[in-house]
Amino acid sequence: MKYLHLVWAALLRRKTRTLFTLLSVLAAFLLFGLLDSVHSAFTAGSRDVAGVDRLVTVSKVSFTLSLPKSLYERIVAVPGVREVSYANWFGGIYQDPKNFFPSEAVAPNFLSLYPEWAMPESQRKAFRETRTGAVVGASLAHQFGWKIGDKIPLKATIFPQKDGSNDWTFDLVGIYHATDPRLVSDENLFFFNWDYFDEARQFGNGNIGWYITKVSDPKEADRVAQRIDALSFDSDHETKTQSEQAFNVAFVSQFADIGLIVGAIMGAVFFTLILLTGNTMAQAVRERIPELAVLKTIGFSNHSVLALVLAEAVALLLIGAAVGLLLAGAVVTAVRLKLGTAVPMDPVGRDIWLQGLGLAVLVGLVVGALPALRGMRLRIVDALAGR
Amino acid sequence: MLRKTGVALAMLATIASSVVLLILAPWWALPLFVVLLAAWMILTRTGRQTWSVTEVGLATIPQRLGSSSVVVVGIAGVVGVLVALLAMAVGFEATLKETGTDDTVIMLRAGSQTELNSVLSHETAQLLAQEPQVLRDAHGEPVAAPELVVVASLPKKSSGLDANVELRGVGEQAWPLHPNVKISAGRRFSPGLRELIAGKGAREQFKGLDLGSTLRLNGQQWTVVGAFEAGDAHDSEMWGDAGVVGPTYRRGSSTTTVVARLTDPGAFEALKANIASDPRLQVDVKTTREYYRAQSEQLTRLLKILGTVVGTIMAVGAIFGALNTMYAAVAARAREIATLRAIGFRGAPVVISVLLETMLLALAGGVIGAAVAWVLFDNYTASTLGANFSQVVFNFKVSPGLLWSGLKWALAIGFIGGLFPAVRAARIPVTAGLREL
Repeated sequence: MKYLHLVWAALLRRKTRTLFTLLSVLAAFLLFGLLDSVHSAFTAGSRDVAGVDRLVTVSKVSFTLSLPKSLYERIVAVPGVREVSYANWFGGIYQDPKNFFPSEAVAPNFLSLYPEWAMPESQRKAFRETRTGAVVGASLAHQFGWKIGDKIPLKATIFPQKDGSNDWTFDLVGIYHATDPRLVSDENLFFFNWDYFDEARQFGNGNIGWYITKVSDPKEADRVAQRIDALSFDSDHETKTQSEQAFNVAFVSQFADIGLIVGAIMGAVFFTLILLTGNTMAQAVRERIPELAVLKTIGFSNHSVLALVLAEAVALLLIGAAVGLLLAGAVVTAVRLKLGTAVPMDPVGRDIWLQGLGLAVLVGLVVGALPALRGMRLRIVDALAGR
Repeated sequence: MLRKTGVALAMLATIASSVVLLILAPWWALPLFVVLLAAWMILTRTGRQTWSVTEVGLATIPQRLGSSSVVVVGIAGVVGVLVALLAMAVGFEATLKETGTDDTVIMLRAGSQTELNSVLSHETAQLLAQEPQVLRDAHGEPVAAPELVVVASLPKKSSGLDANVELRGVGEQAWPLHPNVKISAGRRFSPGLRELIAGKGAREQFKGLDLGSTLRLNGQQWTVVGAFEAGDAHDSEMWGDAGVVGPTYRRGSSTTTVVARLTDPGAFEALKANIASDPRLQVDVKTTREYYRAQSEQLTRLLKILGTVVGTIMAVGAIFGALNTMYAAVAARAREIATLRAIGFRGAPVVISVLLETMLLALAGGVIGAAVAWVLFDNYTASTLGANFSQVVFNFKVSPGLLWSGLKWALAIGFIGGLFPAVRAARIPVTAGLREL
């Protein structure tokens, strides 16, 4: 630490070069922050912060095919099951198809299976008691400026009302918040009562889309899932039950291998970055050979010189990374404010920061290694003589 | 002070106008520019001076290979990523665009947007087929067919995870309605039997769709009896007899859509008006071209935005890398440049030669980036979730147009990254330059 000013002086030796290198590092980490934010939003459901004790039961043929409601009583009776709820995809459109958000008709107890979504008890009660009531996530409400008491019209894409009309109107009675900031991408859902939905819809009555089961013991989850699937084995509505995480992972992977795309881009970016900062560091050390020799002459050990050069490289990367990630955070916040949930982006939180700074240290060590070794192996006599 | 501001403004104006010109330039502008440049270098005195300065610059590149490669690799990275992302957009758009035509229409339940969301009763389907704008075949039968689109969940080859594949139940009229669909192996499914044929893309992406294999759908065994190729979005599908698919999916006699061929493309408006005025029908009608084009719109736009944003941020990084390299190059050659100026070379040849050197490095980077993207990603097969909640398989398409726009990005980065160091080179006072070590 006491040599910090030496590192600092080395960085400021050629201000333009340091500035340009910093800006390149900044661009790389800005991109890293943004892409990681998108990646993290896509994999939200697969994280183990919530849902370890929930199972999803869908039709084995495809989750677009519905299941009979009669299965409900039978799943409740399966040993190891604590609570069962169900939901149906609605796929409503608010004003314009571009304003896409998931809308689902859910059973009265659905929200109680999701303790990670916080909502005042009075609103929970209102949702149970209002036939046309709806509950939305805070991000979604913010995006469209909805307040409790608003009437929200949705256009059905699948389920017309009995009279053939596609217009459904709901009363907003509750807004939930994600208790864990990592689950904030869950705040874009729109729920309303399944009973109202089933009464009013033209067809499909008595069928439901999927069952959610809370198990008493997460360790028993696999066995419970097998028991649930056994209920309908060889019938015309065979089911497939899996953990909510596994279901989400499979679902997200259907969009694209986001991890692969993000990984490939970041690979190209960091390969370039290593070359670029490596070049800067090599230049910086080459220029300073006489100075490093002087340091050694006045008693700096080989290892201190090595550490000094490495520290310089790491400092360069860390400063660039920190500013880049700050900027990424600001951009993500701005995009979320402006476009809401239309662009899947998680806030740049602790995980992204840790990964980014870790990567910065790593790249710093890699690009600093060769120049630092050169500085360490320097022979004072040769260096001072300019050989 | 005033002079400095003037120079800065002039440079910004030069950058802005050059980049705009570059963006608008067609591909033949590059060879034309090269020819003009060569002529100038041979025919005029300033041109010859420029060439000799450039020659020295290029000859010294091997001495600073490390820092020159920063420019090349940095720009190759930008161009590679940009071209790959845009190739995804172009490929997806092309696959869906080729699926539709102007003389076939698709009719869906009003408001349903996609086939999967749509339900038409048997009676509605019958009425729609009888519309006068629907073409009749030699036997006087309408060339129109109800189709039933449902989804099956099968494990993907790549991940082993379940993903959705579209199962299209069709009738006899499907073959004349989709002339692109050709059996490539095996045979067509037989009406009334639980038989399937699988498209090329579906077979590549999913396990268990080889000829002769069986799959279980809702407790029933289905056999894959054929493979087909369509060269469009239907490649991602499995086809079976609508009359058998319906009961398996508990859909009874209802269908999702009616596809029909028009007597001629101009009859579309009349058909639309007819359907709108019929109180028995609550149906949306679209040409298949319009239907599939709309499906590609959102993802294509998203990918184009993503490619441009990622490309721009990477380009900014590459510009600073190039600036660093070229400032260092100019500094290393300060004495030589000052000598040239002292013996009578003007500023312009110096500026142009540094600029040329940077742009040549950038061009090399652009060519490498575009070539890597082309080798790795042209015809690379990928799939994504389409409008019917099922996988649409498509190939990346690295078109010549994309390669050219990649090169344009490279040249723009080289231009901006080279201009400032070039002007610096010409503005170092001769006396200071000569004293430089």
